[in-house]
Amino acid sequence: MTSDQGGAMAELAVRMEGIVKRLPGVVANDGIDFALERGEIHGLLGENGAGKTVLMSVLYGLYHPDAGTIAVRGRKQSMTSPSKAIRLGIGMVHQHFMLVPRLTVTENIMLGSEPMKGGLFLDERAARRAITELAEQYGLPVEPKARVEQLSVGHQQRVEIIKALYRGAETLILDEPTAVLTEQEVEHLSAALRKLRGEEKSTVFITHKLSEALALCDRITVLRKGKVVGTVRAKETSERELAEMMVGREVVFTVRRREATSGQETALRVEDVEADDDRALPALKGISFELRKQEILGIAGVEGNGQAELAEVLTGLRPAKSGRILLGGVDLSGKKAHDYIARGIAHIPADRQRRGLVLSFTLKENAVLGQHRNPRFSVGPFWQKQRAIGVYTQEIMDAYNVKAPSPSALAQNLSGGNQQRLIIGREFSKSPQVIVASQPTRGLDVGGIEYVREQLLNMRDKGAAVLLISMDLDEILMLSDRIAVIYDGRIVAIKDPEETDRQELGELMLRGAGEMAGRAG
Amino acid sequence: MRQRLRGWLGTALVRETGLTLLAVALAFAVGTLIIWAAGFSISAVFTNLWRGAFGNRISLGQTLTQATPIIFTSLSFLIAFRCGLFNIGAEGQLYVGAMAAAVVGTVLRVPAWLGVPLCLAAGGLAGAFWGWIPGLLKARRGVNEFVTTMMLSYVAIELTNFLVAPRGPLHDRTAWSNQTVRIATTAMLPRIMRPTQVSMALVIAGIAAIVVWYFLFRTPSGYELRSVGQSPAAAEYGGIRTPRKIVLALTLAGFLAGLGGAGEVLGTHYRFIAGFSPGYGWDGIAGGLIARAHPVAAVFAGLLMGALRAGGMQVQRARAAPGDIATVLQGLVIFFIIAPMLIRRLLIWKRRRN
Repeated sequence: MTSDQGGAMAELAVRMEGIVKRLPGVVANDGIDFALERGEIHGLLGENGAGKTVLMSVLYGLYHPDAGTIAVRGRKQSMTSPSKAIRLGIGMVHQHFMLVPRLTVTENIMLGSEPMKGGLFLDERAARRAITELAEQYGLPVEPKARVEQLSVGHQQRVEIIKALYRGAETLILDEPTAVLTEQEVEHLSAALRKLRGEEKSTVFITHKLSEALALCDRITVLRKGKVVGTVRAKETSERELAEMMVGREVVFTVRRREATSGQETALRVEDVEADDDRALPALKGISFELRKQEILGIAGVEGNGQAELAEVLTGLRPAKSGRILLGGVDLSGKKAHDYIARGIAHIPADRQRRGLVLSFTLKENAVLGQHRNPRFSVGPFWQKQRAIGVYTQEIMDAYNVKAPSPSALAQNLSGGNQQRLIIGREFSKSPQVIVASQPTRGLDVGGIEYVREQLLNMRDKGAAVLLISMDLDEILMLSDRIAVIYDGRIVAIKDPEETDRQELGELMLRGAGEMAGRAG
Repeated sequence: MRQRLRGWLGTALVRETGLTLLAVALAFAVGTLIIWAAGFSISAVFTNLWRGAFGNRISLGQTLTQATPIIFTSLSFLIAFRCGLFNIGAEGQLYVGAMAAAVVGTVLRVPAWLGVPLCLAAGGLAGAFWGWIPGLLKARRGVNEFVTTMMLSYVAIELTNFLVAPRGPLHDRTAWSNQTVRIATTAMLPRIMRPTQVSMALVIAGIAAIVVWYFLFRTPSGYELRSVGQSPAAAEYGGIRTPRKIVLALTLAGFLAGLGGAGEVLGTHYRFIAGFSPGYGWDGIAGGLIARAHPVAAVFAGLLMGALRAGGMQVQRARAAPGDIATVLQGLVIFFIIAPMLIRRLLIWKRRRN
């Protein structure tokens, strides 16, 4: 692209030049140039910590750059605050939504730009009408009168987008919008963005998912370590090229699924288990399956069909109302997490920051979580073997490549990828018989994902039985020896990955098995 | 990044201490303004404050005597705090501990090497029982410990009051005031700084601080207790039985406060006297916060509070200003300790909101 200086014809929606932003200990943006054309969907791609969100926060007025200039529609601006950015027609939808849970959709959208009636009263009806119009125009259905706290994540995201449009956004920044969406919702979002493009509105789409960037964007800018690696047209590039730009080296894409040797002996048998979710509604409605030694059993399903509850029930964190959980012939249902750990069930929790780690603890303290009573690390109730714990932590750090200054560093100071490595190191070092891995690669960058997958296969080959719960269908297909589809709290089918495909699995995930589909109409 | 982490870690302790000292300095600065605005002589107030706290052997003794129970109640507050709980009832636990020690100390007729430990144990156990009840209610039924510990505190104070009231069963008939009879000589803790009232209880308080540190940071049980306080979800994930830790934390909190009460009886008053505590239990909340929930720092926090109390009395005696100025200073110290945390929270909150 050439720089069309000031040309009224090819006026850019946004031009950022030489943006430098230093954050404590790191140069998050190191002289970034970024140009956003009108009416384009522009992907901003990069590993975790590449500087994508920081760059867009600078544009949205959340950060003040240490150097560089920003021009909006050809005119130089200093973005002093988000309200200034909003006035200039820039809207941002953050990864974590900024909605008031107790207020309705309409109230949330109005907030900050309330239409008035007679100079004194809120004109909520006018707002509602405007919202409904926007929703229909872009195919972003929202329920204006519903309270935000009752809405699904996907619905809340639509509210955020409409809020930005309601305030007159010409440029929309979406920070990893698809991380929280189901495949279907992703489709709907893509359609809406294409409609926006049709009206000369621009979108910046922050992501680290290659396939999405390719499918949706017109151009893609790749960042690495705070610098621009390059900007490419989506039509003229490939996943492989993008991945290389992102990580700066060849990435092994297909983790080879080595043939499991035996895999016939049962490690864990789940019989007719029922359990409630947090709202005391039935989440598991009679789940049965068998997990064999030396296999990875993938659980495929759309989020919210009981996966989270299943992981918790199988690790003693959630009581089963009925049914049996047999590990080596012993029924563990009704036991607590303590007993599951003692019986050799390892758990990689989906929420690693809340469940998997005590963030304010050191790596040492986190490395023995769950094993802190083990004679290896303590003498009865009287003494924790600091030395042994330190050595053990260092071993985990070395073996699992946890980058941290020392075993005494705090877990909260590690990056997400290193936190996950620590958890995996801790759980796998116990040489578990059964591993319950819940969303083990979610939110990790390409290198981290690859690493975690290798480790799971490695444990499988050493004889562990792995239950892999993941929203990422590609991951399930890539790693699993067998695939179980969960739908509405039941396992509706178990498939051989060689004999199925995305289509069939997707169908099962969305509609359940045949006769149920018939009933559901 | 790496270097920053390392640097930060190396100085975490230094920084925490520095922040605390800064808070104390700020508190005195603002306190000075208040004294000046209220029309008192700044120099007279501070001279007397210093004289009353450290001026001579007697005043130093006064400081140490007052600090002793506050160290215990600070430890009581912080051990529960480390488990994510608020023990607001140290005052009551102090009273039941004192009463139990007084009763055992009056009744027992055994040599001192046995009598003193028995009396201390009685005090600690009585306090522990008083902490165990809210612990159980919290663990089993989720009853807010803030409310129960505080309410049980009043029960304890009134109950012990009743026992030594003129027609109460433990009233000393030979005395005009509401108190028990004197404990046996063999139950008394030795005085260590004559002619002041400073007793071995101060040493025991110091030992208790070290033991609490050891427990929290070097035993599996303390590790579990801290896990529950820092992240209940992760603790559960690690197989830690949270309800047990809650009961343990509040029971230990009660034990420490009860031990403090026993120290008062065995070392200072030699009997239970109704209303003997001028609010040591409440001071423990402040002490625990000033110490940022660190057991060893609690010793210094207790000393600071004791000095303010002793100094405040001298300020009052010398009519330099009302003795309440000490309470004002104490409040300011707490304010400035907590304010930075609050400001940091607010900043994070604001950034998120933006």
